[in-house]
Amino acid sequence: MANIATQSQPEVLREDMLIEELGFDDHFHDHHHGDKYQSNFINTYVFSQDHKVIAKQFLITGMFWAVVGALMSLVFRLQLGFPEESIAWLKPVLGKWVEINAEGFGTLSQDFYYALVTMHGTILVFFVLTAGLSGTFSNLLIPLQLGARDMASPFLNMLSYWFFFLAGAIMFASLFISTGPFSGGWVAYPPLSALPQASQGSGAGMTLWTLSLVFFVVSVLLGGINYITTVLNLRTKGMSLWRMPLTIWAFFITAIIGLLSFPVLVSAFLLLMFDRGMGTSFFLSDIYIGGQALDHVGGSPILFQHLFWFLGHPEVYIIILPAMGLVSEVLSVHSRKPIFGYKAMVYSIMAIAFLSFIVWAHHMFMSGVNPFISNFFVIFTLIIAVPSAVKVFNWIATLYKGNIRLNAASLFAIGFVSMFISGGLTGIFLGNSALDIQLHDTYFVVAHFHIVMGVAAFFGMFAGIYNWFPKMYGRFMNDTLGKIHFWGTLVGAYAIFWPMHYLGMAGVPRRYFSFDSFQAFAHFDGMNQFITIGAILTFAFQVIFIVNFFYSIWKGKKMTTRNPWGATTLEWTTPIERIHGNWPDKLPTVQRWAYDYGKDGKEFISQVEPLGPDEKEVH
Amino acid sequence: MTVLLVLLCVALITIIVVQVGKVTELASKIRGEEEMQEAANRRHGFYLMAFMILFLVATVVSTLYYKNYFLGYGPHKSASAHGGTLDYLFDVTLFFTGIVFVITQILLFYYGYRYKAQRGTKASFISHDNKLEIVWTVIPAVVMAFLVISGLDAWNEVMADVGEDEEYIEIEATGYQFAWGLRYPGADGELGRKDFRLIKPGSNDLGIDWNDERSLDDFLPNEIVLPVNKKVRVRITARDVLHNFYLPHFRLKMDAVPGIPTYFVFTPTKTTEEYRQELSQYEEYQVPADPTDPESPMLWEDFNYELACAELCGRGHWSMQKIVRIVSEEEYEAWKATQTPHYEQLIKGTDDDPYKEDTVEETTEEVEESTSEAEAPASEEETEEAH
Repeated sequence: MANIATQSQPEVLREDMLIEELGFDDHFHDHHHGDKYQSNFINTYVFSQDHKVIAKQFLITGMFWAVVGALMSLVFRLQLGFPEESIAWLKPVLGKWVEINAEGFGTLSQDFYYALVTMHGTILVFFVLTAGLSGTFSNLLIPLQLGARDMASPFLNMLSYWFFFLAGAIMFASLFISTGPFSGGWVAYPPLSALPQASQGSGAGMTLWTLSLVFFVVSVLLGGINYITTVLNLRTKGMSLWRMPLTIWAFFITAIIGLLSFPVLVSAFLLLMFDRGMGTSFFLSDIYIGGQALDHVGGSPILFQHLFWFLGHPEVYIIILPAMGLVSEVLSVHSRKPIFGYKAMVYSIMAIAFLSFIVWAHHMFMSGVNPFISNFFVIFTLIIAVPSAVKVFNWIATLYKGNIRLNAASLFAIGFVSMFISGGLTGIFLGNSALDIQLHDTYFVVAHFHIVMGVAAFFGMFAGIYNWFPKMYGRFMNDTLGKIHFWGTLVGAYAIFWPMHYLGMAGVPRRYFSFDSFQAFAHFDGMNQFITIGAILTFAFQVIFIVNFFYSIWKGKKMTTRNPWGATTLEWTTPIERIHGNWPDKLPTVQRWAYDYGKDGKEFISQVEPLGPDEKEVH
Repeated sequence: MTVLLVLLCVALITIIVVQVGKVTELASKIRGEEEMQEAANRRHGFYLMAFMILFLVATVVSTLYYKNYFLGYGPHKSASAHGGTLDYLFDVTLFFTGIVFVITQILLFYYGYRYKAQRGTKASFISHDNKLEIVWTVIPAVVMAFLVISGLDAWNEVMADVGEDEEYIEIEATGYQFAWGLRYPGADGELGRKDFRLIKPGSNDLGIDWNDERSLDDFLPNEIVLPVNKKVRVRITARDVLHNFYLPHFRLKMDAVPGIPTYFVFTPTKTTEEYRQELSQYEEYQVPADPTDPESPMLWEDFNYELACAELCGRGHWSMQKIVRIVSEEEYEAWKATQTPHYEQLIKGTDDDPYKEDTVEETTEEVEESTSEAEAPASEEETEEAH
């Protein structure tokens, strides 16, 4: 039984001794080297080139966007759950987007409803779950777990964050323009997104939206190139690929997917901009709108969908793979047991990554593509269930016969697996084109992707934050508050998204402002109210997390030992003070894989510990 | 004032959360960290089990409670020939995923509870097990293969276009912001050409080309009326942005794309009246349609099939409703007889009428003559579709 280890400096000293004895001397003694980068407030905390600071910048910016995105969802959930209630009280915040009638009754503007839905999707998918998740933990853990001083290019790394910041600033600005932010859905299908006549938000809002996302892609690419280069070139001595923790495998493969798919999105945006501004017809044809027939002829709106989903589908794996990596690590550390089937886990990640590139058109079964083509996409899509299932079984097997500390981090990891199962299984319905005829664009889809890549990715992120918070700030987050946060979020998230399956099966389409126009969709008031109340309560539990997070940065319980969780990986051999260059002197060298927990009667064996004379390395 | 109150609330909540946090830390100092951790593990292990039971019970109970929301059950039976196949496939998928769901969720939470750290417990070193891993890779692969095969079998059957000699009714639906335009082919059974450049609000919303004689008897009703048990091919087009032709009761959905006509072939199997009779058996449909007026007809009496839009198309996306009526063959013919061709109604004799100069008698002659010719040059739309 060892929870937060209160033990033993000797343990830590042994690691130091090993690093001193076996470590790799890269002549880091020149202390000015570090000082040059961190000499004043601006270059230490603002334009920092230190990967640990950049990780925190990504995290806190991501948290800001998560709050914005979540509040948006609460506003449109109010509309869906309680359309009969006046929202005049929101007038001070939303201004003209709350329309007040003669009796003082306030309703949400339809244009703004769709803008909120669009912004919620864009923000959560790109700013929170891509930048906030992968940006944070790739930056924090890649150098630390690989035994590197920093990223391959700290400067590009800094640029990566500031391009993200710029993207965010532009998107934020678009919320305040008079025609409102973009409102054509986060997928931005033309012609709706191409024609300002088609929707208010498709004017200046769409221009800013596209601009913001182009900068965002720049950020992702700069980050991705850096992650890949660092993983390939800056591993310390002895850190072979097969000794890398699963977190690193996940970040590595995620970066590759991002690098291959995000540029396609930019090309789609570029063509869309041409169509919008220069009279080309890549995506437009045969359109009569606003009282006139447009000149555009010969383009195909479906082409845009192909380009969009060529990124769009890999994107969901860009979101979920880092979460999977974090969860694998957290489950293993807190079960005090090696991750089950390490190699199978790595191969699964690779298989999922490969398949993610050849399934994009499963988002387009009902979009008018030749039905014959769908055959291939159905096959590849459902094959993804196999590596996904392998991962789930491996996580469960990791818990089996473990010695599990049930703290906030491991509870969130367990919650992740539960969410991934629930949401993953509904993917088997949607991936089957025949079922997609009925389920496409209904609440069944909303339930599916929110559980499997929304909530699950958040759970992975929370597990990561609770687990690595001491590494980031030298203090612990309060565990009891963390657990309250966990239970509230677990129950709340299921309460929100589970009922949506029933709505979807009953045929209720997503992206409806109101269900009053249809008899078939009108009788679900109770359920919609339940979902809205669930959303509000779940949000309240996130407030606990935010308070806990910021309070703990300054006032949390201090770390007294270097390796509080008794983990084997290299980040816990660095000093508690977060110094530039990570290790004060020599770099550690790696002697074994990352998962020697409970081996030969020892609670854990650090990666810097050499193999015993008769000891065989396990994989 | 409101802002002040909100800030006050936020501050208050922050203080409460922080205090709760402090209390727990104080408690762990007093009671000793180890002991606190062990107690916490026990407590949360118990919570995991409690949650698991609650979750699974809630799943089962809500499934039973909402069984009438499920595809293919209760009031959500399909009203088309292919719908049953899809509903069956849904059930098969639900069966397999249901088994996996229950087993994995139970194991996950049970192991969390069973293997929680307590004084004296230890973890076993188990890194992998090839045999087990092969088994749990192969089983999902086999199940997936089965689902893929049954799925694709159904898919290719449902999505097949009409055969060459098959008899069918062709209708056309055009989505625009924010309504559907419907077009029926009239007596000749063929829809005339259309071109978006010919659109004229009010008189020619769909851009029908009056030079094509097949257009002259086309009529534009404001509801879809179809005979039961007849194959229908819906040509789906859009005028401005993407829309989606969605008939939930018929398990039918297809995007309407400007410039690229799509289609969906289906056979309605239940008349509106028959469907109403089915609904009348369910309690939730035995209530007044207008909840404020107890005298209003029952919900089931008021029922109609509906056409909806299922692709975001702008601010009014949620309002693109049209009534669909499925009737007997005779009723259908009778209804058709009451419809006047759009040409007759609004075009004839106006500036848009290409035959304005001709006398009425000549026009009819021409129509008869050209019916045989019309088949020779394949119409634009058909060539487009072939692509």
